[in-house]
Amino acid sequence: MTAISEQIRHIKWRAIWRQVYPAALSLILALVIGGLLLLVSGRDPIAAYQSLLSGAFGSSNRFTETLVKMTPFLILAISVSISFRCGIWNIGAEGQLILGAVASTWVALSFSFLPPLIILPLTMIAGIIGGALWSGIAGVLKAYFNANEVITTSMLNFIAVYLLAFLVNGPLKDPEGFNFPQSALIDSSFELPRLLEGSRLNIAFIVALILVVAAIMYWRSTVGFRTEIVGASRRVARHIGLNVNWTIVLVTLISGGLAGLAGWGEIFGLHFRLIEAIAIGMGSLAVVVALLGELHPIGMVVSAFLFAALVVGGNAMERSAGVPFALVDVIQGVIILLILARSYIFRARAS
Amino acid sequence: MNTELITASFIIGILAASIRLATPLLMAALGEIFTERAGILNLGVEGIMLMGALSGFLGAFWTSNLWIGVAVGMLTGALFGLLMGFMSITAKTNQVVAGLGITIFGSGLSTLLFRLTFGLRTTPPSLDIFPTLRIPLLSQIPGIGPVLFEHNILVYLTLILVPVSSFFLYRTRLGLAIRAVGESPDAVDTRGLNVSLVRYLSVMIGGALAGLGGSYLVLGSLGLFWTQMTAGRGFIAIAIVVFSKWDPARALLGALVFGLASALQISLQTLSVPIASELLLMLPYIITIVVLVSVSRRAEFPSAFAVPYYRGGEK
Repeated sequence: MTAISEQIRHIKWRAIWRQVYPAALSLILALVIGGLLLLVSGRDPIAAYQSLLSGAFGSSNRFTETLVKMTPFLILAISVSISFRCGIWNIGAEGQLILGAVASTWVALSFSFLPPLIILPLTMIAGIIGGALWSGIAGVLKAYFNANEVITTSMLNFIAVYLLAFLVNGPLKDPEGFNFPQSALIDSSFELPRLLEGSRLNIAFIVALILVVAAIMYWRSTVGFRTEIVGASRRVARHIGLNVNWTIVLVTLISGGLAGLAGWGEIFGLHFRLIEAIAIGMGSLAVVVALLGELHPIGMVVSAFLFAALVVGGNAMERSAGVPFALVDVIQGVIILLILARSYIFRARAS
Repeated sequence: MNTELITASFIIGILAASIRLATPLLMAALGEIFTERAGILNLGVEGIMLMGALSGFLGAFWTSNLWIGVAVGMLTGALFGLLMGFMSITAKTNQVVAGLGITIFGSGLSTLLFRLTFGLRTTPPSLDIFPTLRIPLLSQIPGIGPVLFEHNILVYLTLILVPVSSFFLYRTRLGLAIRAVGESPDAVDTRGLNVSLVRYLSVMIGGALAGLGGSYLVLGSLGLFWTQMTAGRGFIAIAIVVFSKWDPARALLGALVFGLASALQISLQTLSVPIASELLLMLPYIITIVVLVSVSRRAEFPSAFAVPYYRGGEK
């Protein structure tokens, strides 16, 4: 006990607070701006936010649904944060998730005769490889051809979306699916176990939490350190003899692999088949969650939870209060801009 | 595949469509040339185009005047350029992330405002677009006439904008100032010019032209607005700028390549070639990557590209 209280006394509360309160303030300001938009258009912002809150936390079922949504957000944010801290502005999480989902579903459908204990790790690896290959394209093009990764990853997102549409309307289309654009269901023995009876919360959530710990360890490892040096200054990194190009490729592979893993979780934990809408909006959410969490694993747990609540609540708000879900997208954009400008805003206030 | 359909008039149709499809890309790319020449990377073009499309639609829809739509679209674009200017010049934030923020903000806001205004409807609101303006005599020239001289007024204006932009950049004092703040801001500062002011101006010109590109989609081409209707054109425009080596004339060439790719993709679908439409739809995006890769290695970006300017003693 004394050891723990000793530990707690050593936590630099003031430093943490200094990190947290600009983020919290940005979130609140963004919600206020969103509310003002509703007010100007003649809607009742209080009612809208009330239905959002009850949609996200109103019952234990709503709450577990928020945790379900939080799972891919958290994994994708960790994925994006590793790129961002290396100075690689990978916005391709959406496409990488799709490729991970496609690869793992394909393995599950093709090798459905294998036992679940073999198929689950196998599909997991397939998902990681699918996502990693997709981001690896952008990584190689960035490292060896100086191609702007924002453009390449954004283009790869569009290509992935069309590839998915092609697959679920063509080669992977469910023959017994009444012509719906979706693949066949994976064998039910491959479905990830649920954590709570009657909810959709499943093992993928635990995987996400394990990844948080893994991310903390990553930043303490040599590779993590190398990632940050390359991110801080390519010139310095070259000067001290680091292989900058290879680091860029490696980091994009790790990022994409994680995003692919998120795709695996969505398939085996939630949808059990490929559907076209599997990744809609996930790319920008990943960026926002990562930035609001200050690219820190623990920070991103908090921001992933907040954004899962916003998304789950936002859907409920659209249904019950008739306020468009796009309000959540606006809040995302405002938060990014506020988070970025925070040091200017706070400096201006101080002087 | 029906080969009989590939006739002279079919090819003329594809070429004419290429020019129409190149127009919004060219508008946004010309704008981004001004922005990047001044040393600012604005990755918010996609979001600004969406806002330009929405505000152009609303302006024209409410006033029944297409030109007011164009003006409102450009003004909205300029205001978003101002926001990007604040983020990059005054707040000196990371320009890549700021651009992403503006793209996410613009695409969310355009959807939200559209939904708040019109709600969910079974038939979306639409408007009549700019009519085709056949240039007398010139449009009679066989072959060339229908390709070049049977478009709406916005297409002609954009084509004229290419030499105008070149003249402005290379032959006027302000153009020189824009190029100078992108290459060597301290030198401009010592000559007594206001670096921030020139940069603000450039990024606002860029925003206005991106807004014009977005409103062209609505007012010059489709007559409708829908969520995410720009479909990556903002990012393609930025790739065109890299291809153009920041030169308006080469941007025209780049935009035409993408226009042609899109036109081919559309006409291959109508010819019912045995390729799935989803695969054909990938074509412009694949070409963007290929083109970007082929030019990026030796691209010479402006020296002060994406670097905030601090006056001596500041920071």
